[in-house]
Amino acid sequence: MTIVDEFLARVTGLVADEPARPGDRQGVAGILRRLCSAAERALSASGAGVSVLAGGGMRGVAAVSEPAYELLEELQFSLGEGPCLDAFAGRQPVLVPDLSDGAMVRWPGYAPALHGRGVRAVFAFPLQIGSARLGALDVFRARTGSLTDDEFREALTFADIAVTTLLDGQARAAPGAAADGLDDEVVGQRAELFQAQGMVAVQLGISLVDALARLRAYAYAEDRALGDVARDVVARRVAFDSGQS
Amino acid sequence: MTTVSAERLATLFVDVADTLVDDFDVVEFLQMLTRRVAGLFGTGEAGLMLADERGRLTFMAASDESARLMELFQLQYGDGPCLDAFRTAQPVTNVNLTAAAEKWPAFAPRAAQAGFESVHAFPLRLRKEVIGAMGVFGRANELDEADASIVQSLADVAVIGLLQERAIHHGEVLTSQLQGALNSRIVIEQAKGIVAQARGVSPDDAFTLIRDFARQNNYRLSQVAESIVTGLPNLPDLSGR
Repeated sequence: MTIVDEFLARVTGLVADEPARPGDRQGVAGILRRLCSAAERALSASGAGVSVLAGGGMRGVAAVSEPAYELLEELQFSLGEGPCLDAFAGRQPVLVPDLSDGAMVRWPGYAPALHGRGVRAVFAFPLQIGSARLGALDVFRARTGSLTDDEFREALTFADIAVTTLLDGQARAAPGAAADGLDDEVVGQRAELFQAQGMVAVQLGISLVDALARLRAYAYAEDRALGDVARDVVARRVAFDSGQS
Repeated sequence: MTTVSAERLATLFVDVADTLVDDFDVVEFLQMLTRRVAGLFGTGEAGLMLADERGRLTFMAASDESARLMELFQLQYGDGPCLDAFRTAQPVTNVNLTAAAEKWPAFAPRAAQAGFESVHAFPLRLRKEVIGAMGVFGRANELDEADASIVQSLADVAVIGLLQERAIHHGEVLTSQLQGALNSRIVIEQAKGIVAQARGVSPDDAFTLIRDFARQNNYRLSQVAESIVTGLPNLPDLSGR
């Protein structure tokens, strides 16, 4: 067994042994959620998240180890900056063992938000195969300090397994891949966000891009998860056109 | 080939490994490999064939035209050292062509006629599977055991390169499919929201409207969704055809 195989076998085992939680989705989304929790535990992190980028820099598929980290993952996309986006753009890991060391300049909006939530170090690993890129795995820690060599390799292996999980899901979905069959596997809990985006665009007579920005600004201002706000919009508990809805 | 110097061998492996990085091109890689193998022999040429998913062998690369012909002969007439190495998963070494007419009735006389005296072939092995074979066509019995294991190692390197390329290519195809599916799914959800708001219906009912419109007019669902999304601020009329 090579070293790579050993890590793969071990980390695969960690993900498989990670218990499911009530509310976990079936298929790819559920595996990614457990992968985030297993990564959090194995890497002594306070939280972990996976984001897959869709067209136009949108966050398409997502999973986090703890709900609190949903805000931190999403915020990167609201602000357009952060380790996940840097790892994706640079095609290599982004390692920030001490957030007080330069990160405030690098991510003037995101770094203070991380700090405010008790994160002291962050590490991001691109999800990629060959020249194709999917997104990134983020690992957040409440204390400063680098990953050990073994942790670093483990984190890379978690990222590899996330890629395999996404591609396996895609391989299964591929026959007659009309977009129809894919919603739960691929878009999962994000569906409401995209619906809300369409609704707000009509409410305000603005573009979809602007509508998403308004949703994000609202969630940020109210300190709520974007997904919760989206659910309220779809259920017509929140409307952006202040008049009729 | 009388055993190569360690230094030359090291350079050879580094050269081969160097090509396993960015911008990897299979045919170019195998071409380079056959030329390197041929270069190990004073007066030899090398050729390489690979099996497709159904196990059928195809010519892939050769160090020169004469080696290409030797590979093609074997494939065309169905006998020869590469086919044996492929079938048995074992190297075939130092076979004198003048004594091989019985073994390979079609290949042996043609190879001899082309001026070759001896042949060798090495399986491209992946665990228990054989994915191809590399043939070496020379002037005399010239491979000792050490030489044979060097050439076999080069064949193994070729396999690593091929596997890597196949895995990455497969992954890239799936990745672009995934991104395509993701994008079209997002557009459909956005269109549902737009129609739901414009019509004052639920997203589920909005989906039914969009889907029925697509069916009645023989459009694909994603086409209709795309036109709704790109049509903003104009709102869609999904009532008829």
